[in-house]
Amino acid sequence: MRHIISILLENEPGALSRVVGLFSQRHYNIESLTVAPTEDRTLSRLTITTIGDDRKIEQITKHLNKLIDVVKLVDLTEGSHIERELMLVKVKAAGAQRAEIKRTTDIFRGQIVDVTSTVYSIQLTGTSDKLDSFLDAIGNSSVLEVARTGVTGISRGEKVLSL
Amino acid sequence: MLCGIRFFYCEAKTVELLSGGEMLIRALHDEGVELLFGYPGGAALHIYDAIFNQDKVEHILVRHEQAATHAADGYARATGRPGVVLVTSGPGATNAITGIATAFMDSIPMVVISGQVDSSLIGSDAFQETDMVGISRPIVKHSFMVQCAEDIPVIVKKAFYIATTGRPGPVVIDVPKDVTDPARKFEYRYPETVKMRSYSVPSKGHTGQIRKAVEILLSAKRPIIYAGGGVIQGNASDLLTRMARILGYPVTNTLMGLGAFPAPDKQFVGMLGMHGTYEANMAMHGSDVVLGIGVRFDDRVTNAVSKFCPGAKILHVDIDPASISKTVSADVPIVGSVTSVLEEMIELIRQSETQVDKESLDMWWEQIEGWRAKDCLKVTDAGDDVIKPQQAVQAVYEATKGEAYVSSDVGQHQMFAAQYYHFNKPRRWINSGGLGTMGFGFPAAMGVQLAFPEAISVCITGEGSIQMCIQELATCLQYGLPVKIVCLNNESLGMVRQWQDMQYGGRYSQSTYAESLPDFVKLVEAYGHVGIRITKLSELKQKMEEAFALKNRLVFVDVSVDPSEHVYPMAIKGGSMQDMYLSKTERT
Repeated sequence: MRHIISILLENEPGALSRVVGLFSQRHYNIESLTVAPTEDRTLSRLTITTIGDDRKIEQITKHLNKLIDVVKLVDLTEGSHIERELMLVKVKAAGAQRAEIKRTTDIFRGQIVDVTSTVYSIQLTGTSDKLDSFLDAIGNSSVLEVARTGVTGISRGEKVLSL
Repeated sequence: MLCGIRFFYCEAKTVELLSGGEMLIRALHDEGVELLFGYPGGAALHIYDAIFNQDKVEHILVRHEQAATHAADGYARATGRPGVVLVTSGPGATNAITGIATAFMDSIPMVVISGQVDSSLIGSDAFQETDMVGISRPIVKHSFMVQCAEDIPVIVKKAFYIATTGRPGPVVIDVPKDVTDPARKFEYRYPETVKMRSYSVPSKGHTGQIRKAVEILLSAKRPIIYAGGGVIQGNASDLLTRMARILGYPVTNTLMGLGAFPAPDKQFVGMLGMHGTYEANMAMHGSDVVLGIGVRFDDRVTNAVSKFCPGAKILHVDIDPASISKTVSADVPIVGSVTSVLEEMIELIRQSETQVDKESLDMWWEQIEGWRAKDCLKVTDAGDDVIKPQQAVQAVYEATKGEAYVSSDVGQHQMFAAQYYHFNKPRRWINSGGLGTMGFGFPAAMGVQLAFPEAISVCITGEGSIQMCIQELATCLQYGLPVKIVCLNNESLGMVRQWQDMQYGGRYSQSTYAESLPDFVKLVEAYGHVGIRITKLSELKQKMEEAFALKNRLVFVDVSVDPSEHVYPMAIKGGSMQDMYLSKTERT
């Protein structure tokens, strides 16, 4: 099953490599990874999506917790949560295609953020599934370049991941 | 970033000004470090100069950095105090890696200080530069790169705190040379305590879980206590022994746990696992409750996990939550220090209304005694010209009256030492259980001897392993270390050969080298030590005693042993714990 693990990490040199290293060292899989400092500059928030059965996920969270630089973590998929991914995609847009792509972008609530006579650059936010669907709808043949951030997330309601 | 952390004291004290190098050594002293194992080199020279100018921390000059880590490791295993290592950058650091990995696998507290090139040169492929923090990352509990000299006291304090608490392990401190510059002095204060928001040590186990475990334990009909290295690391051997005696249950120890429960005790059924005793493995397989304490259900213990202890409820106590349910699911997991959990268990056993089921227990013991009667470790004489390796270990046991610190390398001799030297105290058996490092035993025995100058420190080794760190004969001469080396010389890589016998049709691929072995007696004499060769069974006892009678000398006892001997029992791969070869011709 796919899990989203959010981690508060000491914002120290080498801390990220300990997390990434743990995954490769123990043959765990990283689907996506996002990381940036939080409002407290001494902490980074890191979101990892990974795939595994319950036993594997339990081991992953236990081993992450053992890393000295990991301050706190939560498996967001254990409760209801919000997940988002940002995608920037460059597509061929010429002639009749232009209107069609604009319409599809609107349907997916994306924005065209850069325009040339032959190319649209589109920004889209949502779950990873939604971004996949958008790419399907546009069609592979017109996609020139895709940049995705990977998933980040937060739990619903009053639960917070903080110190 | 650590830079900028300051400790304020209310009283005005005269503050000393020290260089980074001096701070490092002073901090070690303030941490209670007496011995430092190391080898100098360019990036560490400022630190070595600081060592020269003081007499509080003694530096032991080894002959290879790998030996420094193993010696520090042996010191740590024997004393329970952290071992400390100092090496230079680049090759000094990489040579230390095997020893760090050895300590990591066996959860040994160790602090390794490595020199590093100047901060300004890092990343430029400078002379003797290597990314020590990166290379060591998967095999350390934590590591630090010192960014500025003022941080040194706090980093040292943290390093020792992390290395010695919770599940212990090695910590690396990488120190760029400019940070130790003798020309730049800073105020030195060693913090008394250190707090880290991201590191907490589990102490007491969950009382509800412990209560549940005790009830299951007391209701057991065929129980077994399976105790490992965690009991030794947690200094809980006395508590374990007390609890086992109250219950009257059989006890087995892992390779790492030997000595946690006294081997001569009637309740001890021997080591379990791949080369465990018949009775220990049968009892594990036939049990209805397994109490695992300070163990990790290693693959060398369980054999095929799917067939492991089919009828047993598993109670698992360990300080490391990640060890629990890693390979074998625990029915009652308890995370906590073995000491506190055992104390609580003993108290609950006393209070409990459930009593040990004496009748079932008697029947269980009867069954175990039946297995024990098989005498799976029996050794038969094969004439005066053939010394069985087991007999050599028995001779060491008798000559040392079971009181020695025994280190070993890896292979057949290690298993024979584990099976035939009956450890009755913790911290006496010093071996590389997890990583299985050849070359470990001799330097580890040096570390033990330095910790306990009056004790007998013997390394039981093979002619293969001993050649992996034999250069330390010079170190022993320099410091007058009367280590005893007993080499079970079968002129081949015994365990490799055994597997080749059993699984590769006797094709000894790269495991024999009889014609190129050195004359060990002459070799150790060249290093200024004493060598004794034993080739006849009739002279084994007497010569072994002679060797140990030379109390102030290093003695190398080269015993020619039967090269065709195999270690038995031996687990049958893919089977359960009751599937064993018992000899070349017999299996369960």
